[in-house]
Amino acid sequence: MADVALHDQLVRPKSKPRMSVMDRLRLGDAVFHALTRTASIMVLVILGGVMIALVQGALPAFRTFGLSFLYEQHWNPVTERFGALAPIYGTIVTSLIAMVIAVPVGLLIAMFLTELCPLWLRRPIGIAIELLAGIPSIIYGIWGLFVFAPFLQTYVQPALIETFGYVPGLSSLFAGPPYGIGVLTSGLILAVMVLPFIASISRDVFEAVPPVLKEAAYGLGCTTWEVVRNVVLPFTRVGVVGGIMLGLGRALGETMAVTFVIGNAHRISSSILAPGTTISATIANEFTEATGDLYTSALIALGFILFIITFIVLACARYLLLRLEQRVGA
Amino acid sequence: MAATALYAARRRRNGIAQGLTVVATVFGLGWLVLILGDLLWEGFSGLSLQVFTEMTPPPGSDGGLLNPIVGSVILTVIAVAIGTPLGVLAGTYMAEYGRYDRLTSVVRFINDILLSAPSIVVGLFIYEVMVVPMGHFSGIAGSVALAVLVIPVVVRTTEDMLLLVPNTLREAASALGMPRAVVVTRVAYRAARAGMVTGVLLAVARISGETAPLLFTALNNQFWSFDLNAPMASLPTVIFQFALSPYKEWQKLAWTGALIITLTVLALSVLARTLAAPRKTT
Repeated sequence: MADVALHDQLVRPKSKPRMSVMDRLRLGDAVFHALTRTASIMVLVILGGVMIALVQGALPAFRTFGLSFLYEQHWNPVTERFGALAPIYGTIVTSLIAMVIAVPVGLLIAMFLTELCPLWLRRPIGIAIELLAGIPSIIYGIWGLFVFAPFLQTYVQPALIETFGYVPGLSSLFAGPPYGIGVLTSGLILAVMVLPFIASISRDVFEAVPPVLKEAAYGLGCTTWEVVRNVVLPFTRVGVVGGIMLGLGRALGETMAVTFVIGNAHRISSSILAPGTTISATIANEFTEATGDLYTSALIALGFILFIITFIVLACARYLLLRLEQRVGA
Repeated sequence: MAATALYAARRRRNGIAQGLTVVATVFGLGWLVLILGDLLWEGFSGLSLQVFTEMTPPPGSDGGLLNPIVGSVILTVIAVAIGTPLGVLAGTYMAEYGRYDRLTSVVRFINDILLSAPSIVVGLFIYEVMVVPMGHFSGIAGSVALAVLVIPVVVRTTEDMLLLVPNTLREAASALGMPRAVVVTRVAYRAARAGMVTGVLLAVARISGETAPLLFTALNNQFWSFDLNAPMASLPTVIFQFALSPYKEWQKLAWTGALIITLTVLALSVLARTLAAPRKTT
């Protein structure tokens, strides 16, 4: 009995006011806990909401066209026949052009920053690269439209047509008049946009290589290139691929920069100089003008396809980056 | 002989690679110089007091950007007011209450995906859940769309910054008898304040240039309007409309608007960087 009495005394504060203060604090704690937990669940709800809203909006289009929506090229608001092939094709080709340019250049920049750059220059260059990443995409768009596209039209594209126009195999890629705007221009603008992401992620990933490994290789007499090629890259392969896929996710979903310079033409042309369209550019250009439920629904269906593609790419990217993190941590 | 030839080849290859890295870096930075140079050149020539005092003009006449600037500020402020508390609370749960929860790792994964999800999809989402039920485009729908973009940025930085707060601080506070909520709000938040503010600034920088989610939520408005229930002008959508128009005056204003946005974003990221800097070095 004595024990119980002692226990009671210890647990229960003596005075009434003190007890009410304790109760209030305990209540406050519980409320705060519940609040934060709800907020973090909200993040999941948002993603779920995006999915559900898009599926619901896209349903009429999918019901009308079925799977043929994915491989039909027609896009005719008048007859209400819609197929997503041209925008999907445009999205993939522009992103492909962007990655072909941005990946090697980004990796080389990362190599420069981690292995060769004098220490005092590292920070300024790093900041400049990050500023490039911070410029809003509409700025790239307006610059691409007024400066870059006319430049390509007058100088670069005629030269490309001249050089490759009669080479068998390549001639169809560079056929047609130099429009300035088109698939190639969009791809190049995307490359500039994605470049800083790939460069800065690869730099972070390269910096995670334990110095001992690199020093050992240098100690054996390896050149800088050999160290990067045979030590840094194999060690960081997973992370580099993750960074590249993160960049790819951006390129696939990028809207404004592309909308300005792609030309919004619903056709698949073998020439990369021709105007085309991407999923996001189609939505941005046509959504507010879409009349009729089926038209709107077809555009939302495009958005759904884009979301699924980028979701898969980004999920892979995060998974790979996470794996590298765990390995470095271990 | 063979050895020296091999050595020369290796050195040559190394030289080429090193040269290429320099070329790549100059190439990458060259774009920054080119874009900023053109932007400053074109933007400053159109910059005048008129830009900040007059409404957007009808085609073919002079005017300013007053209503889109005000609209952008309103949309951004509301978006931050909605997104920040949610983001901070979610980040708090992940770092303080559920650090080792399964929920936390799932939320972190999903949040990272939301962080780089295409913003136009967010626009479509808000169109479906707000614009369609309400029956018309509205400023508030635009704000909510932007808030959806604010949340992941704030969640990420809040969690990261709270994880940097040493556990000894929390233990000391708990030993004094503080309940968990008080430890978090009075101790952990204060220690992580600079970093959390940085997160909000980065979020503002991100949404101040966003166009795609506003196109079919807030739409645009040629007139002076504070009504959140009606379409609202914003700088990015006006730039989009004006740049693609055939009118010289409109194109000029688009450049000026682009300059204003870029300077704002750069100023915000510099501010965020200086706020975050002392935390990184210690």
